[in-house]
Amino acid sequence: MNVKNYVRFEFLSLAENISFARSCVGAFASQMDCTLDDIEEIKLVVSEAVSNSIIHAYDKEDTQRIEIMVSIMEMGILEIIVKDYGKGIEDIKQALKPAYSTDPGRMGLGFTFMKSFMDELEIISQPGEGTSVRLIRNFLARAEKAHA
Amino acid sequence: MDMEVKQLRNTVVVKLDGEMDMLMAEKLKKDIDQRLLNKPIANLIIDMEKVTFIDSSGLGAIIGIYKKINAVGGGIAMLGTQPHVKKVLVFSGIDKLVNIYSNECDDIMDEFR
Repeated sequence: MNVKNYVRFEFLSLAENISFARSCVGAFASQMDCTLDDIEEIKLVVSEAVSNSIIHAYDKEDTQRIEIMVSIMEMGILEIIVKDYGKGIEDIKQALKPAYSTDPGRMGLGFTFMKSFMDELEIISQPGEGTSVRLIRNFLARAEKAHA
Repeated sequence: MDMEVKQLRNTVVVKLDGEMDMLMAEKLKKDIDQRLLNKPIANLIIDMEKVTFIDSSGLGAIIGIYKKINAVGGGIAMLGTQPHVKKVLVFSGIDKLVNIYSNECDDIMDEFR
């Protein structure tokens, strides 16, 4: 599928950058035919993915690298990829279970939000080699479904 | 995100302003933990009117605080939640533990102004 526009950026794994990342992605996505609710949900999933990288991949070590690539494709499709080079996920199936977290102080809702508010979620991860989270939102299909 | 905390006897009102993510969650948890060390809090009122965003880190902070206050017989109420913030709160199921009000209860808040 052809990419109509894209943006790519990277930043340090600082908690202060979570807000920056979700705002950037939200602003970029707003050029699509979407509502404010759509943008809020996109900001939420980006916040979750970046927080996961900072907390779980890097154990809050704030000198590491997180990359984001956002693409606007044909047919009203938005693709977001959040990539880190941290410790990776040992058991992806387990990580996807609602309320599962390796940190007892957390709710384990990050992936649940990503699954619920996006149309596709793909996780590529190897222990010790980092994690790439790919999120797809199909605005056209959602609009067609809403008008059906 | 800004945070204003006022305490009247055993009731604490926390007025939050901005986005409630990991950064703010840690600040909020730290402040309430410190207050709980000094004296049990019977009621915690979180004024959410100016909170424009919440993610699972923010929700986690509220749940953590709820557990501690509930353990000493207290409760939490959230006031003035904006619709898209309330949607996340309800989606998480937190509304089953914490009373959530969309409109700010002026009579309660006046006590702390």
